[in-house]
Amino acid sequence: MPDAVALDVERLRADFPILQRTVYDGKPLVYLDNAATTQKPRAVLDRLAAYYADENANVHRGVHFLSAEGTETYETARRSVQRFLGAEHAHEVVFTRGTTEAINLVAHGFAGRLGPGDEVVVSALEHHANIVPWQMACERSGATLRVIPSLDTGDLDLHRLDDVFSTRTKVVAVTHTSNALGTVNDLGPIIEAARAVDAAVLIDGAQAAPHAPVDVQALGADFFVFSGHKTFGPTGIGALWGREGWLEALPPYQGGGDMIDRVTFEETTYAGLPAKFEAGTPHVAGGIGLGTALDYLLEVGMENVAAYEDGLIAYAEERLAEVDGLRFVGTPAKRAGAISFLLDGIHPYDAGTVLDRLGVAVRTGQHCAQPVMDRFGVDGTIRASFAFYNTRADVDALVEGIGKVQALFG
Amino acid sequence: MTEADRRQQAIVDEFAFLDDWMLRFQQVIEHGEAMAPLPEALKTDDRLVRGCQSRVWLDAGAEAGAFRARADSDSQLVRGLASLLVRVYDGLPVEEARAAEVWFPREIGLAEHLSPNRANGLDAMQRALRAAAG
Ligand SMILES: Cc1ncc(COP(=O)(O)O)c(C=O)c1O
Repeated sequence: MPDAVALDVERLRADFPILQRTVYDGKPLVYLDNAATTQKPRAVLDRLAAYYADENANVHRGVHFLSAEGTETYETARRSVQRFLGAEHAHEVVFTRGTTEAINLVAHGFAGRLGPGDEVVVSALEHHANIVPWQMACERSGATLRVIPSLDTGDLDLHRLDDVFSTRTKVVAVTHTSNALGTVNDLGPIIEAARAVDAAVLIDGAQAAPHAPVDVQALGADFFVFSGHKTFGPTGIGALWGREGWLEALPPYQGGGDMIDRVTFEETTYAGLPAKFEAGTPHVAGGIGLGTALDYLLEVGMENVAAYEDGLIAYAEERLAEVDGLRFVGTPAKRAGAISFLLDGIHPYDAGTVLDRLGVAVRTGQHCAQPVMDRFGVDGTIRASFAFYNTRADVDALVEGIGKVQALFG
Repeated sequence: MTEADRRQQAIVDEFAFLDDWMLRFQQVIEHGEAMAPLPEALKTDDRLVRGCQSRVWLDAGAEAGAFRARADSDSQLVRGLASLLVRVYDGLPVEEARAAEVWFPREIGLAEHLSPNRANGLDAMQRALRAAAG
């Protein structure tokens, strides 16, 4: 039965050259490692080539034609990010290297505002990128890290928020969607709890942005971060959205060119937003490529992406549930992108290696989320992660591959 | 030809008839199954080989002039690969173990498993064996 949504997956697949390739001895690539990174549509590849072929110049600092044009193009890309996120202002969008750098930027800013006794809240489902920078901020400031616990389903235990939040809670950093389990967190109650104690809220959107519409104003958080390479754009670029007031309040992250207003040896005053957070020559090509990727997504329609993927994920859950000896790690109430599982008596590495030889690319291991693995008492999992260009045939190939894995190691 | 080379050639000869990767994987797994497991008491953290996605333990060192090696892993494939390495190294004169070059994985169509960034750590195991001999 075809999915009753306005997304022509075969037409869209044709936009992604890499999906046509084969691996090993001519096995068609079944790419199910989208939570690690996504593939790039032709529009992005062409845009990057055109930029370097025809447009390359430094931005924000030249009097000449190309520099002015490049600056305009780069700022247009920022407006694409603004549109994608539903942000009020383009200057609330800061280009970063990715999610990791964006979180470090914010955590660094908060380190100077926190003190002993203050508390930072994260969740049990975080990627290391949303744990370690906060631990470093706590170490610098004497603040304490608190953790919203999770249930056996892989959902957060929202009944325990009262135990975790206090009047000392200053900042809350939670992931929208878990990269390890695929859980889509119900952020409403968490943001409400943070509001009640006047804490700032950062949402790690790395695994949410590729799968569903984002509207930062409706979300009600203060910061939202994501990576270009996980949203069909280039590596080395991502974005931080922050409320104007918060970005004004936080100190710069790195010092250098472009981020200053006036420099003397006695004193430097900083540039306004967003330049204050963009020291040095930025990743111009990356920013432009990201803008192109997000424009592409908006044209496909994130509502369509979400509806299509919901159908695909439901099909994958259903097919995998039929496999004897397969155990889901995490059965969250709402899932996006990723499904983690184990096969009885088979090491995830063995399963992943054989699936790979069959052309099915999955990830195995801890998924940069060791606390999640510890919580579930496993060393690692097999993770299949999907994007809108995956099909039911990809799911079938995975299930068929699992059968071969079980035959080999059974 | 050194003893280590002769042993590797024997492995290569044994795999020569297996022209399908699935059969080669199967053979590797069977070698792992045939290797005596490492006693639980020896599966200690200081015997863990770093750089592997699975847990790999290596117990190796000189014993009366001969190099002794035993290994284990919670991955069947890695255990199989480890058993082949053990077969190459175990019982060599220490001098020879120190100088041994491992080349058989390339010849049996498992070349991708030698690359240092592969999570199975064949490369890491080999370095650990060298260090133990050195
Ligand atoms: C939820 C989540 N947060 C943060 C990151 C880090 O992203 P990046 O490595 O692109 O900075 C990832 C990447 O795997 C992720 O899945």
